[in-house]
Amino acid sequence: MATNMPAAPSALRRFMASELAHNWLRSASAIAGSIIILGFVVMVTAGPYLTAQNPYDVRQLDIMEAFKPPMWLEGGTGQYILGTDQQGRDVWASIVYGSRISLFIGLAAMLGSALIGATLGLVAGFYGGRLDTVIMRIADIQLSFPSVLIALVLMSAFGTGVDKVLIALVSVGWVVYARTVRGATLREKSREYVQAARVSGLPNHKIILKHVLPNVLTPLIVIATIQVGTFILIEASLSFLGVGVPITQPSLGLLIKNGFDVLFSGLWWISVFPGLFIMLVVFGINLLGDFLRDELNPRLK
Amino acid sequence: MTAQTDAPLLRVCGLKTWFHTFGGVVKAVDGVSFDLSPGEILGIVGESGGGKSMVGFSIMGLIDKPGRIEAGEIIFDGRNLVSLDDNAMQAVRGRQIAMIFQDPMTALNPLYTIGNQLEEMLTLHTDLGPQARRERCIEMLAEVGIPQPEARLGAYPHQFSGGMRQRVVIAIAMIAGPRLLIADEPTTALDVTIQAQLLRLMKAQVEQRRTALIMITHDLAAVSQMADRIVVLYCGRVVEIGASAALIAGPRHPYTRGLLDSIPANHQGRSRLPQIPGTVPDIRKLPPGCSFAPRCPRAAERCRSEIPELTAAPAGGAFACHFPLEAAP
Repeated sequence: MATNMPAAPSALRRFMASELAHNWLRSASAIAGSIIILGFVVMVTAGPYLTAQNPYDVRQLDIMEAFKPPMWLEGGTGQYILGTDQQGRDVWASIVYGSRISLFIGLAAMLGSALIGATLGLVAGFYGGRLDTVIMRIADIQLSFPSVLIALVLMSAFGTGVDKVLIALVSVGWVVYARTVRGATLREKSREYVQAARVSGLPNHKIILKHVLPNVLTPLIVIATIQVGTFILIEASLSFLGVGVPITQPSLGLLIKNGFDVLFSGLWWISVFPGLFIMLVVFGINLLGDFLRDELNPRLK
Repeated sequence: MTAQTDAPLLRVCGLKTWFHTFGGVVKAVDGVSFDLSPGEILGIVGESGGGKSMVGFSIMGLIDKPGRIEAGEIIFDGRNLVSLDDNAMQAVRGRQIAMIFQDPMTALNPLYTIGNQLEEMLTLHTDLGPQARRERCIEMLAEVGIPQPEARLGAYPHQFSGGMRQRVVIAIAMIAGPRLLIADEPTTALDVTIQAQLLRLMKAQVEQRRTALIMITHDLAAVSQMADRIVVLYCGRVVEIGASAALIAGPRHPYTRGLLDSIPANHQGRSRLPQIPGTVPDIRKLPPGCSFAPRCPRAAERCRSEIPELTAAPAGGAFACHFPLEAAP
């Protein structure tokens, strides 16, 4: 019996047996957040199958169908559940396609800033000295400006475009990772297993990647989760202000801007539904993020 | 490689490791010299803050800024480690010189199995293939007294008790076959009942392979049972050095005397455990003379102005004191 090692349980089984999964199943807000996110992801991936119309194919648009209200209002039709906009675009279809861009930007910018920020934080924390000072002072200076302001300035300089939005968001977002990871690295570096790795003759880059990084991943995961929501919001703000994505790739923020001009003439659905969607998604992400923060942060336990 | 067995494996000569801080220069190690033959066990003893650990880190070449080796030589196997660059030093660490630490709770990475951490050393320092590495790991775990070593390879550090973890730490240190092992307070964090077991284990390990051992500790009682020779450090300087038995039987320096007197087992029946009065002085503002003078019962005017040199005692060993205690009869 004791000589036979139990077969390694599958990753899913191990996860379901973990404390995290146990608490997750007992947290209403975590489940709600997960469901919202899951729904959003399904909506984004299954996009074209959920809508009758491709809102960016001009041939499918009919200007005569413009300004149709949502289906439950007078004049609304079942064909356009959430109504149509100025050009006869289905608002629901616009939201599905727009969410793709919003989520892509949120995720890609999160990955980019996590990669850059974590690398800088690890290097600064592990090597210390002048490098640390330079990196962290840049971070401090950047933190003294509101992130939307920095992104706004960068976007005004670059011009619009998904790639440029990504650059702007990453330049804003790396700071949080750098600071958090640096702090965690300093803490882990003083642990004896890092000293032990050093006296074992392990080269520094291996110590950082194999020993320090896995031990600072926890705060990284929490920040990354919440940051997707933050980035979706910042991107929406930029697009709303007209310096975000171009009109050919409208994100949720740009959809709000499109309807904003006619908002007060009673055509509220063009802006309000994309706005509600942003709210819902960011709410879901924050619910899950808060749960992860509470679970993974040993100080709050 | 070991043509002359008499040649010391390690010779530390006038080692000075200083830290340049805003509050002044901290002379953590200030002119320490000793040598060590293959298979010899050397104890380095002193109070907290006496610079003991920094001797170990200096040998390892792991002094972090703002610290620096200011002067001195560390000749290991004919090479001066102080002058080696970091790449060359990396080949020495782990392979030639291994080090173990005080706290077995944090000395292992919590995220990897102990098999993984043992194997890392072999991957790094040997050419063994995966199967041979695995066998070597199992062998090594068995040697340090881990029951069911094969099954325990896949266990994580948190599944071990403190004593078992320290055994694993010793296994990791010894697996690449180092010629010198530096143990920095290896048993301090453990239960007293387990301390003796681990000391025996370490002694058996180094004797079997003729590995030299430097045991850094504040526990003179523990080290006296193990070490061949003992170096007593105070404020970064050697105050006394000598063969273990002779030093315990007849210490010449009042500080050594004080350390011996404060071992509870050494004076049963007396009413109160003697202690060395006062505390270790701020190492940035050492007194001009002997650093021990403010706490020394024998201190005179000369001690407060003139630093005593380390002088050889006729009976072997050496001490740094103007007014040494009588030699043992």
